[in-house]
Amino acid sequence: MSTSTVEVPEATLKSAAHDYWSKVKAGDIGALPAVLGLLVLCIVFGSMSSVFLTPGNFANLLTQAASVIVIAMGLIFVLLLGEIDLSAGYASGVCGAVLVILITDQGQPWYIALVASIAVGMAMGFGLGTLVARLGIPSFVVTLAAFLGFQGILLILAGEGGTIRVEDETVLAIQNSNLSPTLSWAFYVAASVFYVLLGLSRINARRKAGLKAELFKLWLIKTISLVGVSGLAVFALNLERSNNRELVSLKGIPYVVPVILFLLVIGTFVLGRTAFGRHIYAVGGNAEAARRAGINVKNIRIAAFVICSGLSAIAGLLFASRQNSISPTTGGSSTLLYAVGAAVIGGTSLFGGKGKMRDAILGGLVVAVIDNGMGLLGYAAGIKFIVTGAVLLVSAGVDAVSRRGSAV
Amino acid sequence: MTEPILSLRGVNKSFGPVHVLKDVNLDVHPGQVTALVGDNGAGKSTLIKCIAGIYTPDRGEFKFDGKVVNITGPRDATALGIEIVYQDLALCDNLDIVHNMFLGREVKKGPVLDESAMESLARKTLDSLSVRTVKSIRQTVASLSGGQRQTVAIAKAVLWNSKVVILDEPTAALGVAQTEQVLNLVRRLADNGLGVILISHNINDVFEVADNIAALYLGTMAAQVAKNEVIPRQVIELITTGASAGVEKAGVK
Repeated sequence: MSTSTVEVPEATLKSAAHDYWSKVKAGDIGALPAVLGLLVLCIVFGSMSSVFLTPGNFANLLTQAASVIVIAMGLIFVLLLGEIDLSAGYASGVCGAVLVILITDQGQPWYIALVASIAVGMAMGFGLGTLVARLGIPSFVVTLAAFLGFQGILLILAGEGGTIRVEDETVLAIQNSNLSPTLSWAFYVAASVFYVLLGLSRINARRKAGLKAELFKLWLIKTISLVGVSGLAVFALNLERSNNRELVSLKGIPYVVPVILFLLVIGTFVLGRTAFGRHIYAVGGNAEAARRAGINVKNIRIAAFVICSGLSAIAGLLFASRQNSISPTTGGSSTLLYAVGAAVIGGTSLFGGKGKMRDAILGGLVVAVIDNGMGLLGYAAGIKFIVTGAVLLVSAGVDAVSRRGSAV
Repeated sequence: MTEPILSLRGVNKSFGPVHVLKDVNLDVHPGQVTALVGDNGAGKSTLIKCIAGIYTPDRGEFKFDGKVVNITGPRDATALGIEIVYQDLALCDNLDIVHNMFLGREVKKGPVLDESAMESLARKTLDSLSVRTVKSIRQTVASLSGGQRQTVAIAKAVLWNSKVVILDEPTAALGVAQTEQVLNLVRRLADNGLGVILISHNINDVFEVADNIAALYLGTMAAQVAKNEVIPRQVIELITTGASAGVEKAGVK
């Protein structure tokens, strides 16, 4: 009776390629398109602009992308449910304003201000989530209303002067200062060791349990390329990139990079390794099935909006740090659309149920590279918007087509 | 004959003025497939929803494993070991087979999901049902055929040491070969010692796999008879008219 019926075939590169292809056919294209796209964009811009591939521009690119990436990370929780949060951009503006007002006007230390601004963000998300989950108003409408509302709040908070400056050193350091080159390498080694051990322990655990493990060769290729590329990135960032070396030295990893990697690790853990994360995917895939499985669908929805707006608050901190201030346009104009674009370009589905934390980083870098590269080549803002819009459309198109291919 | 694992006596259920179930009796034996047949509106769905705790009957006695029990909610039914496989399968397309089978009841190590334990247990369950059609249990449900999905839904139901499995028209949307697979699986559930309730409109399926047949007619149990005591024509008469020459009326013993 108990003959082994689900076989454990010996994995090979060929079977791995086959598995990948069946995943593609099932509507999961993975990270490959975004990675290849990023590579192509870097080659194109690198060959056309002498500035693009310099360490200075690279560091600049990372800090430009940072806020959009963090907002996109939050949005992925909401997108996974098949919902949308159009207010995430201005939520970051409002939370940034709360942070800056507490520091500059109230004289609070940065950590108290940060906790308060995240709490404000989570409260805003709770409100949005409650309206969507309990009253059943479509998230598109709720967050469109909030988009206007938050914009108004930000305008009121920014007040007559229009901008509130921030002079707290810690806040400014996040986007404007760097780890020392030695610390940069130490951080790189620690992160790489962490990543390698994590991968090895997973493969080992599965082998011990007698389950089909990821092909070791494939894992090795992926890991070596990731560790190698990030090693190159650290090397480049450790080069002197100051225009005036006598006056100021600029080298090392910007502080914002470890901040984002930390959020990536936490987010990936929550989505991939906890029951809560699993339930988010389940609600996005089939809310009725999730309900019948005993999952509290409403609470999951509310929690996703709370997380989204909470992360927007962190993006607000990054905005305040990069701009040295908060203005009525912080988190406005194209911020939200870039963040949605980043998530979708990275591979997160607008239809829900499909997406990973890393999508925010991959897609956020693609968006930032287009914005940065075209800016260096002297294209007008109008052309940049058109190209970014086209890339987003192509990604959403791929998403929709792959979904249709998997529909039964 | 063995003692019934589940025994219903005099179950009544009304929705406002509509009296849907009238003094329904039903016995489900372990190791047997009990087919529940009846025309649309005969009360099949209401009856299984009462068993599953989704509806609470107005009157009537439930005996489970010889003891009188009170089922007031889905959790009570689950705790007893009663599982329903719904017609619309209640699977998440975007999750893989293991994730679906453990949805809402994940195995955890501390705060972390124990994927290895879940995968091993899922594979053991599929093996025990001799499921041969699924290539990898880590593929998403989106890539499965209708019959394979039904298989996963059934495997999900038997994962939890359940004693009674209710299948709501498991073959309604399937092709010939897949219907055969699922019916074999239904048979195997019973052979593994479970009490199986099979709701079906298809008399051929019923005669192929059931041990006994319970026919509902306008909310009353027309008869519950052993399969080999009746012929398909008699069952169709029971479904359409509530009586058939030569078949004893239920509860008139």
